[in-house]
Amino acid sequence: MRTYIYLIIFLLTTPLFSQPSGKEILNLIDKNMTANTRIMTAKMIINGVRGSRTIEFKTWAEGEDRAFTEYMNPAREKGTKMLKLEDKLWIFSPSTDRIIQITGQMLRQSVMGSDLSYEDMMEDPDLTSHYSASVVASDTVQGRNCWVLQLNALAEGEAYEVRKIWVDQERYIPLREELYGKSGKLLKRTQLSEVTRIQGRWFPMKIVFKDMLKAGDGTQFIIVTIKLDEAIPENTFSKASLK
Amino acid sequence: MIKFIIKGLLRDKHRSRLPLIVVAIGVMLTVLLTTWITGVLGDSINLNAKLSTGHVKVITRAYRDNMDQIPVDLSLSGAQELLSNLKKDYPSASWVERIQFGGLLDLPDEKGETKSQGPFAGFAVDLFNPDSGEAERLNLSKILVKGKLPSVAGEILVSHSFSEKLGININDNVTFIGSTMYGGMTIVNFTVSGTIRYGIAALDRGSVIMDLSDAKKALDMEDACNEILGFTSVDYYDDIKATELMTSFNDKNTSGNDQFTPVMIRLRDQNELGGLIDLMSGVVGIISFVFILVLSVVLWNAGLVGGLRRYGEVGLRLAMGEEKGHIYRSMIAESLAIGFAGSVIGITIGLLLSYWMQQKGLDFSGAMQNATMLLPGIFRTRITPEAWYIGFIPGIFATLLGTMLSGIGIYRRQTARLFKELQLQ
Repeated sequence: MRTYIYLIIFLLTTPLFSQPSGKEILNLIDKNMTANTRIMTAKMIINGVRGSRTIEFKTWAEGEDRAFTEYMNPAREKGTKMLKLEDKLWIFSPSTDRIIQITGQMLRQSVMGSDLSYEDMMEDPDLTSHYSASVVASDTVQGRNCWVLQLNALAEGEAYEVRKIWVDQERYIPLREELYGKSGKLLKRTQLSEVTRIQGRWFPMKIVFKDMLKAGDGTQFIIVTIKLDEAIPENTFSKASLK
Repeated sequence: MIKFIIKGLLRDKHRSRLPLIVVAIGVMLTVLLTTWITGVLGDSINLNAKLSTGHVKVITRAYRDNMDQIPVDLSLSGAQELLSNLKKDYPSASWVERIQFGGLLDLPDEKGETKSQGPFAGFAVDLFNPDSGEAERLNLSKILVKGKLPSVAGEILVSHSFSEKLGININDNVTFIGSTMYGGMTIVNFTVSGTIRYGIAALDRGSVIMDLSDAKKALDMEDACNEILGFTSVDYYDDIKATELMTSFNDKNTSGNDQFTPVMIRLRDQNELGGLIDLMSGVVGIISFVFILVLSVVLWNAGLVGGLRRYGEVGLRLAMGEEKGHIYRSMIAESLAIGFAGSVIGITIGLLLSYWMQQKGLDFSGAMQNATMLLPGIFRTRITPEAWYIGFIPGIFATLLGTMLSGIGIYRRQTARLFKELQLQ
């Protein structure tokens, strides 16, 4: 009889012990989503109130602090370049031949009319160093079992104080995300899909961003090609490369 | 009878002096207060109309629902056709296209990199077409501090304190960064041709005025604008006319549920100006009521004092057989004469003081450095046709009411005791 009781207790508690902690899940997400360098071509399909626009661009990124983006389409935006060095952002506009630094409140403005802000674009993808996490529930998203994690900012000044993410229990990739401001208001919602195996890791090739404070049907961020951990020439991340 | 009463008042100055002074002061204050409030509120309303709201405004339904964000992407398209239809259908009003927008103004250093930058509120108006009357409407030549008004494409005006904050000089090249009507990023160079000072803290902190054609090009709004403003008369907002215009236009444009369908709104529907308008129309009534009440109490007391002084006279008249009602009526007639004379004196002084304050004004700009509403920096009175007669209401009613209350004592006198009372005197 005692053996059966031990067996029942063991069977009941096994799932609890098998569930990874919030921090462990974040580490596994970061292993998938972060890389030393990323070179990608992507497009944003912006579904605004006046119809859809597609913007094509190429990005070179190194670690958390350095990124360079060049816009290739449409004609009005072609040749526009952006450089991020640590917490600073510069934009080069070929029509004005000017390099403009974007600071302060402007960083919260939309990039090219999309549902992404400059802050979103500049955001550090490494969640572990910015948020504490706890598993709050289990759910099913896109037919896959997910952990639901609540992330709280470790320090003041994060663009989103609280995040709620639905993480694929097998592939450790977020499939859905809700981003909340300091007041607790839902600011953005994202849906990640087309999770593909790239260089031995899982990576979402499509993200739909929806700014909850903005009209329109959201912005689709589609990665066309991506190369991870490839060497990027040093001069890419200099202001000289903007012109 | 009237001649007799006036003669009596002139000969016995004790009977008329105090009530006359009280009425004159009360009426003067009524006139002054009425012209002051009408002036201050009227100026605020006019300022809002000229700068931002018009007397009526045509916008899209979606823009109306998000108007506080000034969303350029919810603008009117096919603006030229809409404007010519408005001019054809409502020729009594003048119609102008406007674009309100926001953005960032960036001043470059010698290397072409950012030296300073700041956010601004932008107003695009039809400056290059003299028939539009926009430069005059916005009083631009008078508020110009340095430089000149834009005369060619690519020139802009910047608010003076904003230019000082960013270190912008006349003829400097600056870059505008903002969003187009379709959500794209726009970066355009402009030359600062002049600086302006509105005297309105909310605008002086950071604003830019440019020609409509420049804004349309920069914001990708070829045949679009976010607002068409209508002005029903030159000087003041007429709520009835504006309502008629709005009803007529909106009745014609009811078809479809498209969020870009044009809709007309009145000045009173914007910037919480409805409350100001209601206050302005109600204020004359409120002031008159308060002054009637206050003056009546004062004149009631004056009447009681006068009644005591004229106790003997009234007693004698009663003893001689004059009817109580006749005495009461004659005293009321006296009070009407006093009320009329006091009102004329009070209105004259009130109007003179109001005229002086209308010309000089009181400068409150220092107290409104952080104001977010569009309020004028200098407050002035405004003499309206109403100011010429409004004083008669408290002036005459208060004396009438005061006398009616104090005169009730006449009816309490007992004829049988009159001779005894008179003997005592």
